[in-house]
Amino acid sequence: MSGFCGRCGRALSTEPAHVDCAAALELEPPRYCTQCGRRMKVQVVPTGWSATCVEHGALSS
Amino acid sequence: MTDILEFARAQVLDRGVGLDEVAVLEILRLPDERIADALQLAHEVRMRWCGPEVEVEGIVSLKTGGCPEDCHFCSQSGLFSSPVRAVWLDIPSLVEAAKQTAATGATEFCIVAAVRGPDARLMAQMREGVQAIKEAVDINVAASLGMLTQEQVDELVEMGVHRYNHNLETCRTYFPNVVTTHSWEERWGTLKMVRDSGMEVCCGGILGLGETVEQRAEFAVQLAELDPHEVPLNFLNPRPGTPLEDQPVLDPKDALRAIAAFRLAMPRTIIRYAGGREITLGDLGTRDGLLGGVNAVIVGNYLTTLGRPATQDLELLAELKMPVKALSATL
Ligand code: SF4
Ligand SMILES: [Zn+2]
Ligand SMILES: [Zn+2]
Repeated sequence: MSGFCGRCGRALSTEPAHVDCAAALELEPPRYCTQCGRRMKVQVVPTGWSATCVEHGALSS
Repeated sequence: MTDILEFARAQVLDRGVGLDEVAVLEILRLPDERIADALQLAHEVRMRWCGPEVEVEGIVSLKTGGCPEDCHFCSQSGLFSSPVRAVWLDIPSLVEAAKQTAATGATEFCIVAAVRGPDARLMAQMREGVQAIKEAVDINVAASLGMLTQEQVDELVEMGVHRYNHNLETCRTYFPNVVTTHSWEERWGTLKMVRDSGMEVCCGGILGLGETVEQRAEFAVQLAELDPHEVPLNFLNPRPGTPLEDQPVLDPKDALRAIAAFRLAMPRTIIRYAGGREITLGDLGTRDGLLGGVNAVIVGNYLTTLGRPATQDLELLAELKMPVKALSATL
């Protein structure tokens, strides 16, 4: 399991549920890297999005 | 006393004259059981004065985040602790986004930048980007780059930008509660320059910023006075880290009242469903709006948040027998 919440950036271990965050992520891209919790650079385009962590590289939809 | 919907039927549907502020307020205060009738009337007004076509648009952020302004709803302001980081879209990706937008059948592609107004770098990117899009794709290009100088207005016209978006966001009396780094009047000034340039004016705002219903009525008539070609209607989607992050989402019934009221204030204007419709009205809301006065949609994703897939909206339009507006032959 990844260590950080992609929406709020907090550690999942301290606050395991993040139910609202998970629901919100249906209508927004992740803003934080789930591996290290850093804020990512995110680009949304009409048909998708991409997100990049300086340390862990790119993710996209 | 005449019933407000009867009054609106005679004035707006039959004569094409928009409601004034007092009458708009009455629509915004209709009891729940009359909302369906108001939407039905708004739909008839739209069909009579605009027709059945729906204008489909895609939008993309050319420069995201790091804006020096403080619009309290905006996750792209650099003044709040929002998780949105500054990022620029490169030209090939911009052209690709325009191609994908055109592939949905959309005729409008709006390039947006989170800025107070454009600087030389942004204008250069626009020049290169608009030209590259025009060489690769058949689509109308619109722009939203904040407040403009007269020279910038002229430059955009020359690039072939056909419509300019600049939202007043909310009514004049409430604006200072939402934005303190520039004034409603400054925005109005840009809109006037755009209007005089011959570009189409696109101007709307966001409902649910904490404004009263009276202020919502004020906003509707201020937009009607501006008489824009298009009014995008957004509903606040409270963003983490912004001053409005804890503002409750607008009651869906109030959102529907507002849709009907704005159509009855502006019978001939393109009224576009923009951001926040999914979170405020759910999946059914798109149908209710399209049958209640709305005649344009933004399809796909927004600038920093995601929308439902374009195919869902296009299938709905087919089901409602509402043709997607075609590119005009004069393009
Ligand atoms: S000017 Fe535009 S990008 Fe900047 S804070 Fe206001 S709404 Fe956001
Ligand atoms: Zn979370
Ligand atoms: Zn990382």
